[in-house]
Amino acid sequence: MSSRRLTAAAGVGFKPQHFEAIREARPGIGFFEVHAENYLGAGGPPLMRLEALRSWYELSIHGVGLSIGGVERPDSAHLVRLRHLCDRFQPGSFSEHLAWSGHGGLYLNDLLPVPLTSESLNRVAAHVAEAQDRLGRSILIENPVTYLTFEESTIPEPAFLAELCRRTGCGLLLDVANIFVSATNLGVAAQDLLLQYPLGAVGEVHLAGHEASTDRLGHPVLIDTHGSAVPAEVWDLFEILLGARGPLPALIEWDNDVPDWPTLASEAETAGRSIGAAHAHRRQLLAMPMGSAGWKEAAT
Amino acid sequence: MRTLGHDPARFVAALLGADAPPPPELRGAAANGRFEIYRNNVAAGLVRALATRFPATERLVGGAFFAAMAEAFIRRHPPRSPLLMTYGEAFPVFLHGYAPAKDLPYLPDVARLEVARGQAYHAADADALPPAAFAAVSVEKIGDLRLRLHPSVIVLRSAHPVFAIWSAQQQAAPPLLVSPWRAEDTLVHRSGESVAVEPLAPGEAAFLLALQNGESLADAAVTAMEEAQGFSAEGALTRIVLSGLASGMLAG
Repeated sequence: MSSRRLTAAAGVGFKPQHFEAIREARPGIGFFEVHAENYLGAGGPPLMRLEALRSWYELSIHGVGLSIGGVERPDSAHLVRLRHLCDRFQPGSFSEHLAWSGHGGLYLNDLLPVPLTSESLNRVAAHVAEAQDRLGRSILIENPVTYLTFEESTIPEPAFLAELCRRTGCGLLLDVANIFVSATNLGVAAQDLLLQYPLGAVGEVHLAGHEASTDRLGHPVLIDTHGSAVPAEVWDLFEILLGARGPLPALIEWDNDVPDWPTLASEAETAGRSIGAAHAHRRQLLAMPMGSAGWKEAAT
Repeated sequence: MRTLGHDPARFVAALLGADAPPPPELRGAAANGRFEIYRNNVAAGLVRALATRFPATERLVGGAFFAAMAEAFIRRHPPRSPLLMTYGEAFPVFLHGYAPAKDLPYLPDVARLEVARGQAYHAADADALPPAAFAAVSVEKIGDLRLRLHPSVIVLRSAHPVFAIWSAQQQAAPPLLVSPWRAEDTLVHRSGESVAVEPLAPGEAAFLLALQNGESLADAAVTAMEEAQGFSAEGALTRIVLSGLASGMLAG
C-alpha cells in the first residue's frame, strides 16, 4: 500500500480561472489540491489542465462524494473511479471527510454530520479500511465543521478520529478553520479543542475563512464558507499546531467568491512563512546537542 | 430514557422538504435552528450547480424565477451521483411539465442545448481526422465511407429557433427579437478548450444523426435529402472535415 506524503509546504486549492496565471508564472506553491469529483468526466479541458498542473506541481486529491461516514458502504463504482484518478495523477495525498453526503441512492452535495458512537466508529473504520484497500493507499480523513450534535453521540470527535486513525492507519487532515468554527458553535475554547486531536497523525492542514451569521432561533453561529481570507484566530491556531507538530503541508481553501491569483498566492505565502519558520526551528533543534540548555529552551 | 437513533433516510427527507421538521435525533433545542444550515447548504449548493449548468435558461427567466424552478426540480429529482457535472440532465423534461413556465414553450429546448454543452465539455478525448485522411479516400469509395463522429458531437433538433434564442442570451438580448420564428437544428461539439454551438443547415441534422447511427456517407445523404431537398452533402462534409467532427473511419 502506497503511503506517499505531501511535502511540508503551503498549497492552494486549484481553480480553473487561475490556470493561465499559474501557467505563465509557475509560482512557488508546494502543491495544488483539487476536488476529485470535478475530474471524473470522460475527458475534456478539466483533465487536460490537471495533467499540465501535475507536470509542474505535486497534487492533493480531495474527495467530497464518498460518503465515508454514512450508514451504507462506500459506493463501489465511485471507488473504481477514484482509484483510476489516483493511478493516473499519482497525488501526494488522497483525503475524504468524517461525514456523509448520500443515502439510499441520493446524493446531497453537502458534508452531513455523523453520530459519534462505538457503533458508528466500527462502521466508519470499516469504510475507511475498504476505501484504503480499494484505492491501494492510505488516506487522510478530515474533521468536519460541527453545527449540531446527536442525542446518541457518546465519543468526542477528537477521540473518535484518534481511534479511527489507530485502527485503520489512516491519517488526519486537520482543518484548523473547522476547529475554530466548531469550537465557537459548541461554546468551547478553540485552542483546547485543537490540542485534543491526535496531532501525530496529521498529514495535511486546511486553512480557510468563515462567516458570522445567526441561526433560525437567532443564536450566533459561524458558517464555514471558504469565501474569505484566513482570519487571525485561525492563523493563531495554525501557529500553535506547528509549534506542537513541526512543519506540515497546509492548504489555503477558498472555494466561494474566489479572489484573483495574487490574493491567493499571498495567503499561501503567509502560510509558507509559518511553515518555513517551523522548518528552521526543527533544524535548529537538530543542530544542538539534545538535552543541552539551548535545546531545552528551543524545544519548549 | 432511550435516545432516538439516527435515521439517515429521515434526515435526507428533512433536508429536502422545505417544511419538514428537523430530524428528532438531534441534541438540544438549538440544534433545530442549526439544522437549517444544512438545509440551506444543500438547496443553495444544488441551485448554484444548476445555475452554472443552465446560464441561458436562468437569464431567460430571471434569477428568482430560476431559483424557484430549480428548487422544485431538486425536490423532485435530487442528484443520484456525486458527479455533479452530470446533474440536471432531467431538467429539460421537468421544465416541459413545469406549469409556471408554460408560456415559454422553447425553454425546455434551451435547457437541452445547455445539457448538451456540458456533455460535450466533459466528453471523451479523441483526435479529429485530419483533412488529409479524407483526401486519401478515392472518389468512388467515398460514398461507402462510414465515420466515427467525435465523442463530443451532439445534434439537437428543435421545433423552436433554439440556436437564435441561445445566441441572443449570450448578448443578454430578449428572445422576442428572434426572427424569423422557425424550427432550428443545432450542433454542439468541443473545439479546442471550449464548446462550439453552431446552427445547422436544413438536412444536416438528419445527415449527422445518420452518420452517428453508423450509416455510410451515401445512405446518410439520401436520408438528409429525403428530409430537405436543398441539402448539400458537399457542404455537410466540408463542415465535418473543417470542424474536426470525425474522429475515425469505420471499416467496411
